[in-house]
Amino acid sequence: MKSKIPQFLAFISGVVILVAAFIPHTPFGMFEETLTNWFMIISSFAILLGQSSLIQSNLAKISQKAPDWKYHIATLVSFGAMLIFGLLWGMENTPGILGQGEKIAENLGAKPFDYLFEYAFMPLSSTMFSLLAFYIASAAYRAFIFKTFESNLLLITAVIVMLGRTSFATVLTSWIPDSLHFLRLPELTDFIMQYPNTAAQRAILISAALGVVGASLRIILGIERSYLGGDK
Amino acid sequence: MSNDINLTKTLRERRIIFLLLVLAVAIPIIFPLGLKTHSTPLTEKAFELIESTPAGSPVIISFDYDPSTVTELQPMAIAIIEHAWRKNHKIIAMAMWPQGSQMADMAFAEVQKKFGEEKVYGVDYVNLGYKPGGMVIIQAMGRNLKTVFPKDTAMIDYDDIPILKNIKTIKEIKYVVSLSAGDPGLRDWIMTANGKFGIPVAGGTTAVSAPGFLPYVNDQNQLSGLLGGLKAAAEYELLLGYEGTASRGMNPQSVAHIFILMLIVAGNIRVWRNRKKEKMAKEVKNG
Repeated sequence: MKSKIPQFLAFISGVVILVAAFIPHTPFGMFEETLTNWFMIISSFAILLGQSSLIQSNLAKISQKAPDWKYHIATLVSFGAMLIFGLLWGMENTPGILGQGEKIAENLGAKPFDYLFEYAFMPLSSTMFSLLAFYIASAAYRAFIFKTFESNLLLITAVIVMLGRTSFATVLTSWIPDSLHFLRLPELTDFIMQYPNTAAQRAILISAALGVVGASLRIILGIERSYLGGDK
Repeated sequence: MSNDINLTKTLRERRIIFLLLVLAVAIPIIFPLGLKTHSTPLTEKAFELIESTPAGSPVIISFDYDPSTVTELQPMAIAIIEHAWRKNHKIIAMAMWPQGSQMADMAFAEVQKKFGEEKVYGVDYVNLGYKPGGMVIIQAMGRNLKTVFPKDTAMIDYDDIPILKNIKTIKEIKYVVSLSAGDPGLRDWIMTANGKFGIPVAGGTTAVSAPGFLPYVNDQNQLSGLLGGLKAAAEYELLLGYEGTASRGMNPQSVAHIFILMLIVAGNIRVWRNRKKEKMAKEVKNG
């Protein structure tokens, strides 16, 4: 019973949405509207669920003194600070429980939530993303090696595209005569991106779309039940 | 013992690479090289979409990213807002990512410095904030915009915002630009806003995600222009005739790319030398 009701709901919702896509009239249009409204409400609650899960999992790791448990304290403290500041004084345009917090904003130059967002969260997030550049540089030295035909092809293409995406590309190949303009790096890069890349991407997109159709049908028909949390 | 030596060597090499990369990025920031970029058809197509839309048209800019990709996407946001305001478009900002709303506020504040009091909140632009739900949100906007966004981020009622007075559904929007760092984002706008409601959609993505969207730039105009990464943002600035953060950022990015290419060459030489040494050692061993 515990799994039958969710399966039944998934079946009904899936079929209604599917039919409404082809017959967008009463009653299907109405059902679709109701279901999509429910989806938006459930999505909002999913954020609350995510927050509660974040607190629970981090508290568990701290209490168990799991490896690197101190980092979990930092997560919870940061989460709590943003939550409290947001609740007390709100964000740029929205007031909090204690109002707009003009005095604090005057001292800091922004409300505490906005201040932390701009001067802590933003640089930290950008730094995390930027760290990729270091790993790419290290991997370029270590892994991008001439070996097989496929790896050589990938390497040559990557070099052309990478170079073509820089401001040096035009300068480096501007000496090539107009009759051979297609050999200039920016044009070669555009060709690679527009034809071989797009052809491969299309194939991936079509395969993925067919996969999504298959997976959706399996869920609607109750064959795929992993979303219920069981192992069947 | 041999493993320890190799590990130390690897760590040393890695540290040298990291240090050189820092220099490759820092030096062009301190001493700009003045490199110029050239616009490409994909950027020109997005530019043309905004350029050809009549003044006073309501448009949507969706901020579907967060601070991690701010370096690539924020300059695009700034350039697109500037272009739309130059053409007197009425911008409705929204976000499908939680922090997108703040990104919108920052971008508007930046462009407002140029336009001053000429552009008024609620009249020339509005920030409707974040809504979870991805594609479903866009579908719901096709039925009624007000039910999805009953208030803006300043908690002003939908009906009290002048820019939204005559807008009931997304179908009245003239174009959508989604600045997208992943899912939900540009793909949802293409499939729903363009696929279902026929609204022209242009997009801005990180350089790494751009190739995945190229199939949508086709004869059916599923995507009316695509900005991929910092270079495209710099191209857009060039088309608008100013040098912004993207144009300046192209100097360190270009040098870093060249540095990475040099590392690829150095790595291959290293492997080639090692292979040669191994081969010679084998030959000596076999007599």
